[in-house]
Amino acid sequence: MSYVKPKFRHPRLPSNRLGFTVADYDGAISTLCAGCGHDSISAAIRTACFESSLPPHRIAKVSGIGCSSKMPTYFLGKSHGFNSVHGRMPSVATGASLANRDLTYVGVSGDGDTASIGMGQFVHLVRRNVNMTYIVANNGCYGLTKGQDSATADLGSVSKYGDVNGFEGIDLASLAILQGASFVARSFSGDKEQLVPLIRAAMAHNGFAFIDVVSPCVTFNNHNGSTKSYEETRAHLDAMPLDFVPMREEIKAQYDEGTSKSVTLHDGSVIHLKKAVSGHETDDRQAALNTIQDANKQNRVLTGLLFLDPNSQNLNTNLELATRPLNELGKDELCPGSKVLKSINEGLR
Amino acid sequence: MKPTNTADPEYFHRVVDCQYACPAHTPVPEYIRLIAQERYTDAYMVNWESNVFPGVLGRTCDRPCEPACRRGRVEEEPVAICRLKRVAADFKDDVKHLIPTAGPRNGKKIALIGGGPASLTVARDLAPLGYELHLYDEHAKAGGFMRSQIPAFRLPDEVLDEEVDYVLNMGIHTTFNTYVDSLQSILDKSYDAVFIGCGAPRGRDLPNLPGRKEADANIHLGIDWLSSVAFEHTKKIGKRVIVLGGGNTAMDCCRTSRRLGGEDVKVIVRSPFEDMKASPWEKEDTIHEGIPILDNHVPKEFVVKKGKLVGMTFEKVEAVYDDEGKRRLVPTGEDLVHVDCDDVLIAIGQENAFPWIEKSTGVRFTSWGTPIINDDETFQSTRKDVFFGGDSAFGPANIITAVAHGHKAAVSIDMYCNGLNPEVNRPDPHHTLVSQKMGIHEWSYDSIPVTDKREAVPLVDLKEALASKTLEVELGFDVETAFVQAERCLNCDAQTVFTESNCIECDACTDICPTACISFVENGDEPDLRTRLMVPAENLEQDLYVSDTLPTGKVMVKDEDVCLHCGLCAERCPTAAWDMQKFFYTMAKATPDLLVEAAE
Repeated sequence: MSYVKPKFRHPRLPSNRLGFTVADYDGAISTLCAGCGHDSISAAIRTACFESSLPPHRIAKVSGIGCSSKMPTYFLGKSHGFNSVHGRMPSVATGASLANRDLTYVGVSGDGDTASIGMGQFVHLVRRNVNMTYIVANNGCYGLTKGQDSATADLGSVSKYGDVNGFEGIDLASLAILQGASFVARSFSGDKEQLVPLIRAAMAHNGFAFIDVVSPCVTFNNHNGSTKSYEETRAHLDAMPLDFVPMREEIKAQYDEGTSKSVTLHDGSVIHLKKAVSGHETDDRQAALNTIQDANKQNRVLTGLLFLDPNSQNLNTNLELATRPLNELGKDELCPGSKVLKSINEGLR
Repeated sequence: MKPTNTADPEYFHRVVDCQYACPAHTPVPEYIRLIAQERYTDAYMVNWESNVFPGVLGRTCDRPCEPACRRGRVEEEPVAICRLKRVAADFKDDVKHLIPTAGPRNGKKIALIGGGPASLTVARDLAPLGYELHLYDEHAKAGGFMRSQIPAFRLPDEVLDEEVDYVLNMGIHTTFNTYVDSLQSILDKSYDAVFIGCGAPRGRDLPNLPGRKEADANIHLGIDWLSSVAFEHTKKIGKRVIVLGGGNTAMDCCRTSRRLGGEDVKVIVRSPFEDMKASPWEKEDTIHEGIPILDNHVPKEFVVKKGKLVGMTFEKVEAVYDDEGKRRLVPTGEDLVHVDCDDVLIAIGQENAFPWIEKSTGVRFTSWGTPIINDDETFQSTRKDVFFGGDSAFGPANIITAVAHGHKAAVSIDMYCNGLNPEVNRPDPHHTLVSQKMGIHEWSYDSIPVTDKREAVPLVDLKEALASKTLEVELGFDVETAFVQAERCLNCDAQTVFTESNCIECDACTDICPTACISFVENGDEPDLRTRLMVPAENLEQDLYVSDTLPTGKVMVKDEDVCLHCGLCAERCPTAAWDMQKFFYTMAKATPDLLVEAAE
């Protein structure tokens, strides 16, 4: 087994606006199972950060516990990272985001880490609209403990051991919309053409951006009867393609009117939605929920941008916190002196 | 694009760049791995089977393999293939018992004219089959060009003798110190076939022109000079160059001179412009490059001052045609013309290299004086029992090319002597393709390439070297350096073999590939496909490996250009749709395969 990736790269790798190649966003070689969907998500995050020309040292990766939460080791080897306690990544992310609002936060979690042990933390993270991208690598099973059904396993899905799941699965995307998330998407690890622009848009979004990614577990959940295998997911995929155009770039692609719709984010970036399912409106929370429920009823996996409020207020703004990271505040700002204290006290009298 | 037909061995053969570039198709990665394993004898024998002279070639080969080496595209310098070959020769044990002996006589007799690498290769291949071989050479020892043209400080006599003797000791009848002056006399000895490997025709000189000897350092024979440029032995020429002659070789010479630093280059020719032998388009191209052609000038003298060439003088003539249209060049009586120059290239035609071959034998020649040969597979001349090879076939090349000719000619001779037409149903090259999987994530070779740089071969002390004509200048790699240098090989013969029916399109291979070789895209024609890959495939000399259509409608496209053969695609593949399989290829030889796949 190879423990290191060869040092050599393609001599003609393209570079981004910062002069970096995609290799500068690489991490260590993956120790996940060969063919794991999570590795594709890692590659998509890497590509997204490269294409958006994000400086690696201005990104922080946070995760909990699980196969999914090992992922941050395998991308962005030059970024900050915090591998926290099981299901407690939201607390760490909230604290980090409040302390240093200038970094780009990428949280990576799994169906167990989010929908079971971390559910309590997760809903509060959504509710508070913490400024981060939260990706769930959703394989419907506990891969690290030999493939038991997880809380997102679909009703009727058959486990590798032949047991039929008798419980309704938690739909994390619907939950996030219901709980007031400002950016909600679903995607598939095997569809980078959609996943990469979604991640780029999520990172540009001001507020909590949630992406639920169906990510097949090749070892424990890729058999006949599983609803989250590569084959089943592809067979039921209903993908809404999109393009992401960051603020500084000019729009190159041409879109036919009527088949596409654009949404402008707070920083001037534009998301082009190329195909909407039966007139799906991304700015209507109620309609988004209905669309998802309809797709679920028809046994379709609807992927793409499901809901977006481009003008949301993130936690830092809501709490009217300092506009600069705490580590940039000097002594005089943190300790304004007795004069200021006096005037505050005066104000309370 | 249509799916790549990997059942055709030529596809994977092209992926092994070094082996493909080698005229004798030596299995380079195979012997380099054996060197890394300290199996020098096996490495030597893999070489010996392919190229007959590993010790000689490990010092003197023109190494077409190295510019082709994939490592040179991945980082700066290719693997030191040639000098690793010498390592195998230097550190091998006694190999005499591994060398085949003459086979039981089959009653056929073959004459070999000339004792160079081509003839010796024919002898090596045919002796084990029971042929009686008679080798003629004008010198006292065999070796040909390898002995006469390569100085001993580059190639010690012992090394050459050893490898020549391996062949001669297979019971070859030798007739040395004998210049064959008549092909008919050889044919009269009722040989079943004759192989001619007597070397190249030489360029014609102007030996009697005044100053020729004194100015020798700056006078070059056109075809020799061109081949020397081709092999990069010559990299520059003086600013002012005179090219004598009016044929295509003269045109090549003057245009090449312009590219090697010649600024004031002139072609000077005896005949009128219209009568020049060069093709009209060649003349046009020459003039287009700012090279004047002075016609009607007959060379008279090389002007030498202080022992150095400074120019030439010419007599102006005009062409006078008699009633039968026969041309005479008559001096005009004007003053001699002096032209300054730093170098002169003589391209006034070639000496006939085959004055000893009688027309009546039926062996015919081109107007360039080279034998008319079927093609570069059969090497059969216009007389069915006479074969050519080495430099005498197509003009000057190099040792490894002569060896390749020898192998092919031996096949032809063997077929001919068995009543078969060597042009049809020639034997196929031998090849195998075997998985190198040792465990779930384990390969039989060191798959992750090392980052060590190429190292130069150490030399003996300069003072010592210059004091001797025979002291070998290069010391060769020691065992430790050889190991590191061998590990630089990317093992391009470990092929990435893709089975589309296994693929679940999980992208694991695309994601892991360090050099972004693998893409899953919609199919298209090749030029279009090349632009749509992870990194556009700009090296058109390297193939695209394209799969059949996969369930999503996409195809797998692999650009072979900078693949590290690290096996990570296969390691990360959950369904073994990718496998690393060793491709072993040897060109067809008359000899039964001696030592196929030593490493298996």
